[in-house]
Amino acid sequence: MRSRLEDFDVACPTNLSAALALLASGAARPGGVTPLAGATDLYVPFNAGHVAPTTFVSLHAVAEFKAPARWDGDIYTMGPLTTYADCRRDPRVARDLPLLVAAARELGALQIQNRGTWAGNVANASPAADGVPVLLAYDATLELTSPRGRRTLALADYFTGYKTSVRAGDELITAIAVPMPRPAAGAPPVRAFFRKVGTRRLQAISKVVAAGVLERDAAGIVTRARFALGSVAPVTVRARAVEAALTGRPLDARAAEAAASAVATDMAPIDDMRSTRDYRARIAAGLARAFAAADMA
Amino acid sequence: MKLILKINGASRAIEAHPAKRLLDVLREECGLTGTKEGCGEGECGACTVLLDGRPVMSCLVPACQAQEATITTIEGLAARDGALHPMQAAFAHEGGAQCGICTPGMILAAVAWTRDLATADSVGEALAGNLCRCTGYTKIFAAVAAARGQGDGGGA
Repeated sequence: MRSRLEDFDVACPTNLSAALALLASGAARPGGVTPLAGATDLYVPFNAGHVAPTTFVSLHAVAEFKAPARWDGDIYTMGPLTTYADCRRDPRVARDLPLLVAAARELGALQIQNRGTWAGNVANASPAADGVPVLLAYDATLELTSPRGRRTLALADYFTGYKTSVRAGDELITAIAVPMPRPAAGAPPVRAFFRKVGTRRLQAISKVVAAGVLERDAAGIVTRARFALGSVAPVTVRARAVEAALTGRPLDARAAEAAASAVATDMAPIDDMRSTRDYRARIAAGLARAFAAADMA
Repeated sequence: MKLILKINGASRAIEAHPAKRLLDVLREECGLTGTKEGCGEGECGACTVLLDGRPVMSCLVPACQAQEATITTIEGLAARDGALHPMQAAFAHEGGAQCGICTPGMILAAVAWTRDLATADSVGEALAGNLCRCTGYTKIFAAVAAARGQGDGGGA
């Protein structure tokens, strides 16, 4: 059954301070306030009548949010309304942050990519958020803004549990900053890995999704490994055990096996409508092994 | 709220709830029933329209976010004298329609891709968000290829 429209209020603030004032008013409103960006996630349960009455605060008309994503040196900063399509259209993102494009092009279909936002994917905090593992692999940071001020934090510190986060009710994600990795002098190119395993390549939420960035020194020794997984735990996770297993050694067959074994301690997969615990565990091990073994397919 | 929408070249003023789906605004307030509802959850693409030139699922667009937007529905493709858009003509000629529910969305997604080929690497990717429950994909791909002046659609 569809939601009854009359149970919902909608505010369309035209500037940031008005948007923040509306969010701060949430505590006094029955049903609170719910920020609405591209609506591609929120309108699915809304259409099915599964969203409790609330006041939507649509962000689309906020003047400050109309600025396009920007590059400052080696850092790419997205706003609250930056879409997957926006990323795919930026040639520098394709060159310097290829994982963002790899994830964007397999997220939903073009109709979703034209509307869905990276910030919304983070905000909803789904363990199956297919846009989040690549941001984790790049060590993205978030800027949260409220009438009380601004704070920045690592994306890896944002999620607290299944669809929960440290974001307070009066805070908005106002920026996602993504630094591009740079190889050390004489070192091999930075390895970028992305693999989504689902029932089909597009328009399917993952059974398991993995993203990784791997840096080596001139001798081929791994100096830094970052590996992130989705759909295998209550939150999207940095696979710290896989990262530790690969760091400080050359990428050989033993390293790949160490990564595949280590991943078990990084996840807690479950049976659900999209896959099973056992399948996810096997696939995640295979993805950790593939991350150690090869560049992005 | 009062919505100003430019639909198929004509500006319209519409009174609608700001959370109403663009799909319902088009069908109920504007009488443009060529836009179909399939799943109502952004999976099937039957409700695809062009919003400022780009394909979107109109079942997932709140009306307030379409304020002052330019919208193209299937009714807006043919010329005023009734002459079909080349993509419509190609679908008809190639038999790229069976039950017809997916057809308006398929045609609009295909038109958007042929206008900006950089948005997808293949017709398969361009139409990945549009499901044909009759599974008539071969003829649909052939129609897109024909409209592009090519012999082979190339799947994906």
